[in-house]
Formats: sequence, structure tokens, C-alpha cells
Amino acid sequence: MNQFQTDTPIYLQVVEEVKSQILSGQLHPGDKLESVREMASRLQVNPNTIQRAFLELEHQGFIVTQRAVGRFVSEDTDFIKRCRQEKIHKTIEQFVREMENYGLTKEDIMKYLVEEEGK
Amino acid sequence: MSGLIEIHDLNKSYGKKLVLKNIHLTLNGGQIVGLLGPNGSGKTTLIKILNGLLKDYQGEVSIDQQPVGVHSKKMISYLPDEPYFENWMTTSDALNLFVDMYEDFDLNKALSLMERMEIDKKIKIKELSKGMKEKFQLILVMSRRAKIYILDEPLGGIDPAARELILDTILNNYAQDALVLLSTHLIADIEKIFDEVIFIKNGEIVLHENSEELRSQRHASINDIFKEEFKC
Repeated sequence: MNQFQTDTPIYLQVVEEVKSQILSGQLHPGDKLESVREMASRLQVNPNTIQRAFLELEHQGFIVTQRAVGRFVSEDTDFIKRCRQEKIHKTIEQFVREMENYGLTKEDIMKYLVEEEGK
Repeated sequence: MSGLIEIHDLNKSYGKKLVLKNIHLTLNGGQIVGLLGPNGSGKTTLIKILNGLLKDYQGEVSIDQQPVGVHSKKMISYLPDEPYFENWMTTSDALNLFVDMYEDFDLNKALSLMERMEIDKKIKIKELSKGMKEKFQLILVMSRRAKIYILDEPLGGIDPAARELILDTILNNYAQDALVLLSTHLIADIEKIFDEVIFIKNGEIVLHENSEELRSQRHASINDIFKEEFKC
């Protein structure tokens, strides 16, 4: 029930949550999404919040609505792949920047990564 | 378009004390609205006026474009801030009363919610614990297919563990186009279900805004904004 921060709009957090499920492969292209009511009840948020999140996800191209049938994860696999790559690059970039703040060079980071692998 | 609830220039006093001042309010269907304020701020007075329980006030109050009266009582499913059952009543008696009084009462829904919350059908209401009594009343109120639900402090005596169940009951049982007006001072537990919030302070509405807009404008939770507004 407490998975969302209340100091920032909840619909944006729902958008990010669904997006990450799509990009990480937990949700597959063509998968049917829960209804607004089901998701609102599971996450204990207002149905209009979920509605707004779905509109935004549709606008961004991650989901499609079929009238009277439901909402589905987009089957545009190229688009999803592209977004996935972008997400990976962004996350790595952020990680590298943070490590550089700790004074690590790229070589140091590589060493740590190898060490981490051996664990 | 005019709202499901329209209030213009409402003033109400008890003796010399003005308890509601210049209230203007329009509320539309399809929304869950939080009426938030500390004790004594005027929440219950406003709610009683909407339900036709207080009649001596100045100003204009209309429900679904009609004055408060028979029509509005049919439309509004109301959870008062204190229980109103007679001592001799069993839960079944209360169910029968609701069946008789309200055409829109869905008995099967009430029975299934009672089963889920483990409330006995033959028990005397006065033998229920405070929390159980409140749950039972909420079940009765949410089992009507009403256009407006007005819930005065539905979380009052309910232990934190059961709050989720209560929120669930509210979220799952109002029709998509209905209006839910809910008063509370326990904001943190419930702010995620509000479309709009109204802050009421010393009988005046000091803020009426969409919850997500507030969060995005102020980068703060409704609970924090509330605490800031009402700090001493």
C-alpha cells in the first residue's frame, strides 16, 4: 500500500512502474493490462489516477487501447527495444557519474564489476 | 454544466458563533473528494446541511439541481460520524431496514461484504466492537447504488490494519460516475484515493484543488501541505 511517494504526482509513478515492467520484460508485447478498477484496487489509489496514467502511457506509445476489449502492451517491438536500450544507457550513465563522484575511473569501475561477478 | 453538489454563499451559525462562512462549492460526479480539517472546523456541520439534518442556514444548497429534500435523500448514501442503530437491533434487522428504506440497496452485496469482514448475521449490533460497528455501517452505506456518498470520518475507530480493507470497500463499490465526499483528519492513510481535496479551517474553505496538481505544484504530500496549513 505504501509503494508510492505522496510528495510527487502518483500517476507519474504509475507510468514509470508500468514502463519498467514493459522494458524489463515482465510484461510482454500484446499482454493484456489489468482494468482501471483492478489496478486502482490493487494499488489502493484513485481510479482516475490510473486512467490518467494509462492515457499518458498510450500517448507515449507503450500501450494501445482497443475499445470495449481492453488495454494491451504495444506490439511495436522495435520501439520497446529502442526504449529499453535508452533506459539501460541512461541508468549506466548515471551509475558511472555517481562512481566518478567517488573518485573512481572507468578502469576502477570495471575492476569492481569483475570482482562483483566473482562473488 | 452545474455540479452534483452546488453551494453558494452558505453561512451557518450556532447562536452568535459563525461555524460556516461564505462557503462556495461545486462538486461533480466521478470524483472522490476529501473534506479535510481538524476537529471543530465545520466538516460535520457542512455534511449535516447536505443531508438535510440542519435547516436553519443562510445561502443556497442544491443537490442534483434541486434543493435538499426528498430527492436528495434518495440520492445520497450517508455515513454519519456516530452510529444510529437502536440497541435491540441485530445486523439482520439493520439489513431489513435498509431493504425497506432504500430502493437502491443491494442486499447481496452487503451480505458478501459482511462475509468478507466476518460480521455475523444474527449478532446484536451493540455487541459488536467499535471498529466492527463502523465496518458494518460502511457496508450498509456502500451497498447502496447511490449517486452521492457522503462519509463522515469513515476511518475513525478503525485500526490501521483494517484501513486497507475499508479503502478497498470504498474504491470497489461506488459507480464510476458517483461522487464520494469523505471527511477525515487521517490524511496520510487515505490521500492516494482523493481526486480533489478541500481544506476547511474555522468554517472557511481555504483550499480546494486537484490532489495531483497540488503534489506537482508544491512537491509535497497532501498530508504535509495540510500540516503546514494547520500548524499552530
